[in-house]
Amino acid sequence: MRRIERLFRTLYFAVPAVLWSVTPLQCALADFPVSYLHGNGSKAYPVVSLTWGLLAISFIVIVIVGALLTWGIIAKRARARDIAATPVGRSGGGTQWLIWGTGISTVALFGSLVWTVAVLADINGPPSKPTVTIEITGQQWWWRARYLSDDVSRIVTTANEIHIPAGQPVRIKLIGADVIHSFWVPALTGKTDTIPGQTNTMWLEADKPGIYRGPCTEYCGAQHAHMTAFVVADPPDVFKAWWDGQIAPASAPADEQEARGQVGFVFHCGACHTVRGTEAGGTVAPELTHLMTRKTIAAGTLDNIPSNLAGWIANPQGVKPGTNMPAPGLSGQEVADITAYLETLR
Amino acid sequence: MTTLDIERRPEIAKVSEAERARLLKIWETRPGLAGFLSTVDHKEIGLRYIVTAFIFLILGGAEALVMRVQLARPEQSLLTPEQYNQLFSMHGMTMIFLYALPVLSGFSNYLWPLLLGARDMAFPRLNAFSYWIYVAAGIFMYAGFSIGAGPNDGWFNYVPYASRQFNPGMNMDFYALGMIFLGISTSVGAANFIVTVLRTRAPGMSINRLPILIWGTLTASAANILVVPAVSLAFFLLWMDRQFGTHFFDVANGGQPLLWQHLFWIFGHPWVYAIVLPAMGMVSDGLPVFCRRPIVGYTPVALSTVATMVLGFGVWVHHMFATGMPNLALSFFSGASIVIAVPSAVAVFAWLATIWSGRPVITTAFLFFASMVALFVIGGVSGFMTGSLPVDWQLTDTYFVVAHLHYVLIGINVFPVVGALYFWFPKFTGRMLDERLGQLNFWTMFVGFNVAFLPMHLTGLWGMPRRVYTYPEGMGWDWLNLITSAGSFLFALGVLLLIVNIAVSLRRGKFAGANPWDAPTLEWAVPSPPPPYNFDVIPHVASRHPLWEDRLEESEARTSLTEGYLLDHGRETIGTTPMDGDIDLILKMPEDSYAPFALTVAVAAFFVALLLHWWWLAAAGGLLTVGAIMVWLWPEHDLGQTADAGHD
Amino acid sequence: MTEMALKGALAQPRVPVGSIRRRGTGWWGVLTLILTEGSLFAYLLFSYYYFALQSSSGFLPDKPPSIALSLPNTAILLLSSGAVWWADAGVRRGRQRQLVIGLAIALVLGIAFVSVQLVEWSSQTFALRTSQYGSLFYTITGFHMAHVIVGLLVLAALLVWSALGYFAGRRSAPILIGGAYWHFVDAVWLAVFFTFYITPYLRR
Repeated sequence: MRRIERLFRTLYFAVPAVLWSVTPLQCALADFPVSYLHGNGSKAYPVVSLTWGLLAISFIVIVIVGALLTWGIIAKRARARDIAATPVGRSGGGTQWLIWGTGISTVALFGSLVWTVAVLADINGPPSKPTVTIEITGQQWWWRARYLSDDVSRIVTTANEIHIPAGQPVRIKLIGADVIHSFWVPALTGKTDTIPGQTNTMWLEADKPGIYRGPCTEYCGAQHAHMTAFVVADPPDVFKAWWDGQIAPASAPADEQEARGQVGFVFHCGACHTVRGTEAGGTVAPELTHLMTRKTIAAGTLDNIPSNLAGWIANPQGVKPGTNMPAPGLSGQEVADITAYLETLR
Repeated sequence: MTTLDIERRPEIAKVSEAERARLLKIWETRPGLAGFLSTVDHKEIGLRYIVTAFIFLILGGAEALVMRVQLARPEQSLLTPEQYNQLFSMHGMTMIFLYALPVLSGFSNYLWPLLLGARDMAFPRLNAFSYWIYVAAGIFMYAGFSIGAGPNDGWFNYVPYASRQFNPGMNMDFYALGMIFLGISTSVGAANFIVTVLRTRAPGMSINRLPILIWGTLTASAANILVVPAVSLAFFLLWMDRQFGTHFFDVANGGQPLLWQHLFWIFGHPWVYAIVLPAMGMVSDGLPVFCRRPIVGYTPVALSTVATMVLGFGVWVHHMFATGMPNLALSFFSGASIVIAVPSAVAVFAWLATIWSGRPVITTAFLFFASMVALFVIGGVSGFMTGSLPVDWQLTDTYFVVAHLHYVLIGINVFPVVGALYFWFPKFTGRMLDERLGQLNFWTMFVGFNVAFLPMHLTGLWGMPRRVYTYPEGMGWDWLNLITSAGSFLFALGVLLLIVNIAVSLRRGKFAGANPWDAPTLEWAVPSPPPPYNFDVIPHVASRHPLWEDRLEESEARTSLTEGYLLDHGRETIGTTPMDGDIDLILKMPEDSYAPFALTVAVAAFFVALLLHWWWLAAAGGLLTVGAIMVWLWPEHDLGQTADAGHD
Repeated sequence: MTEMALKGALAQPRVPVGSIRRRGTGWWGVLTLILTEGSLFAYLLFSYYYFALQSSSGFLPDKPPSIALSLPNTAILLLSSGAVWWADAGVRRGRQRQLVIGLAIALVLGIAFVSVQLVEWSSQTFALRTSQYGSLFYTITGFHMAHVIVGLLVLAALLVWSALGYFAGRRSAPILIGGAYWHFVDAVWLAVFFTFYITPYLRR
């Protein structure tokens, strides 16, 4: 029994030690695309600093209390094994602990509260008037983005990949279409829910160009795990070019397979999807007019390459079980044709 | 029929064998099934609560382990999304509703009359009823899961996803009706605790001599009385929307999804304090025993218990920080959520001071109680971080919150509960739990828990959302999830070791006397296990530490344990004034009764009928319920409720 | 401490035995019941006011509920509380007839209240499913009516037990306890009445 106990005891210290040493090493090497500690933009930086500050306070508290606890137990422990042999007594001076401990804690807490309010005031509104307003709708299980403009001809709808101009604040209006989702781009902004029946307004800004992931963060059903938006910050001129490109209608099919694909697409997919310039005008599913400008499909689930596209069309339930996209029951040829057509939607 | 005067002088006497035999005859429960169904003995009911809660703990733990296997590696497909979603919902519901409060109710039920110097709780039949309803409601909710129709919208059950439009199956109906059903148990249990502590204490037990466990459970009960109706109402409104097409939550017709969140969290936040404050009370009572001194700062600790709960009523919106409410309103709740840490700090430093100014004896119980202080602080600081509004906007709905809630729930509920088991097991059973196995049990649980949940803070900071059945690779979460899964299995092994220790010690544990820990409070003055009538005579209490008075020598007064009020004219206990504990009346206690069980069957029939839309059965169940209540409440001579029992 | 000193410290006053009006556990139990059910109504009315404030317009029906029937009905309920109070005064003074008659009057008035309210319900222009207002109206007044019906069962039981001669003087806790519940139901009605029958007219 003794030997087993000693073995267990060694394991209890060795195993965590090994695991802990591996983790930081692995962490230094890995990428953290969804960590907000690599913030970008005027809405992110104050929050990142506040986080580090609160983390530091938390860490210090844990270390101090842990040390006091362990040291106290070891230093003050009774030598006798039998509890009755250790006498009962009441020494004075204990209240000092309460006064100092609670006092210092209260100061730290109030300091944190003041800092919190300061950060809130800082990020409450954008630093300058937003140049773009985008209406983002959370739906099961994808994101619709509608770019607003005073010029009606420039209003355009796209899905899942949301471009913004880098270095300029952007206003976002969040709309709920079915259940509650939450829009979050950790590198740029905190979360705001999309709630049916109300419009939530927030803003964000990316000060450098880049691609920023935005997973849905309010449980919304079967495929909550696969509902990621990508916010792509472009230099302002690239952004304008992208917007112009989105407004243009879809290009026409070039060859016979693509033409067959277009017919098949309109027939099988047009009730739900829209491709401007064709008869496909459904609005319950993502807008696909410029599908090939996006890096991912199925709300960030798969990279946008032909084999993935074909696999998704052939068997959406296999990729995202429970998705609202029905199994279309297409033949291999039909899948190939439609994929070929979709590949033209640049 | 014994004659009952409207008044009498209670007899004072010393204990004797003959007297003990008399009291035993008056108080003992019939053997066999008859006794099982009709007992109102608080000790029996308390043990049933603890055992049932542990069964649910194991069920909920199994659900978690299956989830952790699925999440150990990215992009796994061991479970379908629907299976995973039901598992995480059942796990949350089981742990928070069917384990966390009932286990504390169990300990409180067993211990309160013993701590207070009484012979039973204020409402013994209501006590039995609250247990039977708890079991029936638990079975009701698991029935759905067992046919594949378990709740699948999380324990918090947000609308619109919970409405019939998005969730047409019976999943939500099991949950909604089950929660209303369970709420009956919680509410009557809470009422029982409140009236017991206000009216049935031993003489001399003034309000500043109550053990902290009493303060903790009292505070939790007062909160439950006020907030359980909020969640019952929320579930009722949801059930109405789903069955009858009302428009509380359906947005298309002007429903308000946020009303659900307000009602739910107005209940939910005080609830999470209700499931930790009694456990903190157990630590505040148990830790000092092993430090061989009274707790430092009894009054601040008692008051901080109440303050935490009062503040706890004012923070519920911190669960709704991302809903787009105006920042000004949210800031108030953020401030309150940060400030609520102050009374918790009082308790933490009281425990530290008790250790530093005492002589800690390192038993297994002590280890569980002491480690709770560390886990409390870790859980507390992660809560403090999420209390800061802009930081919460980044951390909410990520694994950071999962880490936080497990540190506070496992750290401030499970660890104290296991410590309490090691501490009070000798009193419950007359045997000690094995100390060697206990140390193994502790270290396995402690290491396993921290290996599982400490990395989760990182997982959350690095952006992994909650409630996802799988995650992509390349996010930096792979190793962290694997470590968490491994740790969770080690933790489960620790829980298994606890069960093994209990099983082994029940048969071969060392025999314990009345007071194996040389502890100060009244429950250690009676044999282990206690006789059904608890005390031979009602003690007259002179301090907070009746059994340590000779050694502490803080005053001349001594608690009287061998001579006091006899109260043997049938089942009787003493009634005292709320603040000072002066004798006020002699309470007649009911005999064993089948009414609580019968009433539970009627109420269960009613809820099953509602679930299935069998309206005639529901009406019949309702009538049976009324009938059973009438029988129960029929005025009885022996309880002094009728004029022929002496009147003026 | 000597035995004699202990006996001196341990008083032996004459104390009541059993269930004695406010000293018994039943009274405190009904107080906690009132607290919890009162909280339920607080949350119900909170839901109403939440909807009223969140809805921009068109929340109230074209024809809000009128006080034509409900105001007299409120008087009926208040009178029934008066009858219960009178019955309790009777039992305390040992007047059995006053007890029984008072309870009977309260019961009859209570049944009248429920009947009038059912008529009033059928006269409304909106139903449970018509709108969120309709859902709120019938649910909240329905919850209240359910509590009244429970109260009627309580009054009926008390009437039967009183007629059987169970209560006299201090042995009358059930009258006090049942009466407290009935007064509570009455008080809740005042809040519900104010919310549905008065506030719509204050808006205009």
